[in-house]
Amino acid sequence: MSAAWTAVLVVGLGTVALKAAGPVLAGGRELPQGSARVVNLLAPALLAALVATQAFASEEALVLDERGAGLVAAAGAILLKAPLLVVVLVAAVTAAGLRLIA
Amino acid sequence: MRALFIHTAGSVLARMPDSTASLKSRPRRTGYGAGLRAIAPLLPAVLAFGVSFGVLSDAAGFGAAASIVMSLTTFAGSAQFAIVSVLGAGGTVVAAIAAAVLLNARYGPMALSAASMFRGGRVRRLLEAQLLVDESWALAQRDGEFDRRVMIGAGLALYVGWSTGTAIGVFAGDSIGDPAALGLDAAFPALFLALLSPLLRNRDSLAAALLGAGIALALTPITPAGIPVVAATAACLVGLRQAAQPSRSVEESRA
Repeated sequence: MSAAWTAVLVVGLGTVALKAAGPVLAGGRELPQGSARVVNLLAPALLAALVATQAFASEEALVLDERGAGLVAAAGAILLKAPLLVVVLVAAVTAAGLRLIA
Repeated sequence: MRALFIHTAGSVLARMPDSTASLKSRPRRTGYGAGLRAIAPLLPAVLAFGVSFGVLSDAAGFGAAASIVMSLTTFAGSAQFAIVSVLGAGGTVVAAIAAAVLLNARYGPMALSAASMFRGGRVRRLLEAQLLVDESWALAQRDGEFDRRVMIGAGLALYVGWSTGTAIGVFAGDSIGDPAALGLDAAFPALFLALLSPLLRNRDSLAAALLGAGIALALTPITPAGIPVVAATAACLVGLRQAAQPSRSVEESRA
């Protein structure tokens, strides 16, 4: 088996298992209150980490580039209660515009 | 029987002002269609990244079949880009697999955070969980609860868009421009910020978000990609502060 297919197979199976573990083992039942409080905070922690890494990480370095500018513009749109589509467009247009100038 | 009826009618009446008020103030759509509508604005970006993955994968010598099968089975952009770039640069298959598994490790805690909202038998839960990716998981955060059907609707659209994009990239080459030139890479952090902001309603979730972002940024320069986001899940432990207080005071009173 080639390296490509080995990677496809192993990573595919690993990803299926990672996604399924929680819902299969702990699905459909209420969590005890103490752990529910902690698990409910996974969403804000993970979302914030995604924002940070997708805006400011490039490979293994921290960078300040057009994505960061797009994020600032998006934050402004969010504060003005713009709908999701507008927020996303504002970020993309800001980044694309700055790249066009550069 | 009559007592039950009176009781039920009474509780319905008691609830009515509340429920009509919340219906008026919060016309939130739910269901599979709502997921589809919510993801629609992002589909061009997802398609474009699918195309660029197909182009890159083909250029790295993966071949059409392996490239498309990977999008159909792994269905996670960052891990797939990692595999192709590690193998394309002459790296070992072990290094490629390790990088991809690290990048996908975040799906463990993400799926766990949503686990209690999955329904049905084990096989159904396993299959539905496969539609969980960053965007579908994030869009399904509704009013502090995870809406499984929004995740499934959005996840299906993402799955079709990502796989179709990959096939276009493999067969049609890079006739489509660079997604970065269109600013599409800036769309994703903006999306996640927009979905994060309504969750920041109390001090605990604000603390978890700030700590999560801080951990991810601090670890980015010193750990392999994928680790920062997984490590950021530790920020949810701020929830133990208040939860631990009653038991602590019990222990103190005992001591």
